[in-house]
Amino acid sequence: MVVDAKAAEERQTDLLFKALGDPTRRDILGRARDGELSVSALARLYPVSLAAVQKHVATLERAGLVTKQRRGRETVVHAETEALHRARAALDRLESAWRGRIDRIDKILDQPENGDQQCL
Amino acid sequence: MPVTDVQKDLDALMMTITAEFDASAERLWQIWSDPRQLERWWGPPSHPATVTDHDLSPGGRVAYYMTSPEGQQYHGWWKVEEVEPPTRLRFEDGFADDQGNPNPELPTSVATVTLSESDGRTTMAIESRFSSREQMEQTIEMGAEQGMKEALGQIDALLAS
Repeated sequence: MVVDAKAAEERQTDLLFKALGDPTRRDILGRARDGELSVSALARLYPVSLAAVQKHVATLERAGLVTKQRRGRETVVHAETEALHRARAALDRLESAWRGRIDRIDKILDQPENGDQQCL
Repeated sequence: MPVTDVQKDLDALMMTITAEFDASAERLWQIWSDPRQLERWWGPPSHPATVTDHDLSPGGRVAYYMTSPEGQQYHGWWKVEEVEPPTRLRFEDGFADDQGNPNPELPTSVATVTLSESDGRTTMAIESRFSSREQMEQTIEMGAEQGMKEALGQIDALLAS
């Protein structure tokens, strides 16, 4: 439904603004865009705990700005490029639209077949 | 929720959504092939669709408009590419001007629907693909919430500062 799509998009926008609203997270994102970095290497750059850096990375990940990958004992952070981010946003909207349609189809199928005319 | 799977290919600009229904493939085909049924689900409840042309044959055209709560009409069209009842439908989906004529300046996407029945249940997979990156960008510009547009436009600026 359009309402669901809108709500989902607003949630995603909130996550995006929240993620970008913190200088440390912006710095992490900027560095990740220059090249992949491990979480532990990032933690050495800031006067905060490893757990705090992990939390920052998780916030960026929820907003779709970075992805994490395990490599051996390390967790590596990749920045999602602007183009990929935009593609994801567009495909997310397509998904919302089709989820709404599929729900409506399911409701139509639940109704008796000859009731198709009356229930708009 | 009948949706069982969603796949996104960010490079191919393609999304595939799969859903399972407690109905035969014939029954599901009707929701596409009967314009009166199609208009009950194509548009969101706030913008119900009215189907004015409906020729589900290769090269055929489907025309519709959706009506907003304020009474504004948004016209759209399909150009049917492949039809194999009751298992496969492929069409290009685009926007039209107020007279219902396809507007070549607005983005299009291509949808491929496949239906497969097993034990009285039917799986419907819909693959939807933007025709190009430019078209995808246009779709964001046209439909996205203002907040999302602003957020997307600010990422690079914020990082550059």
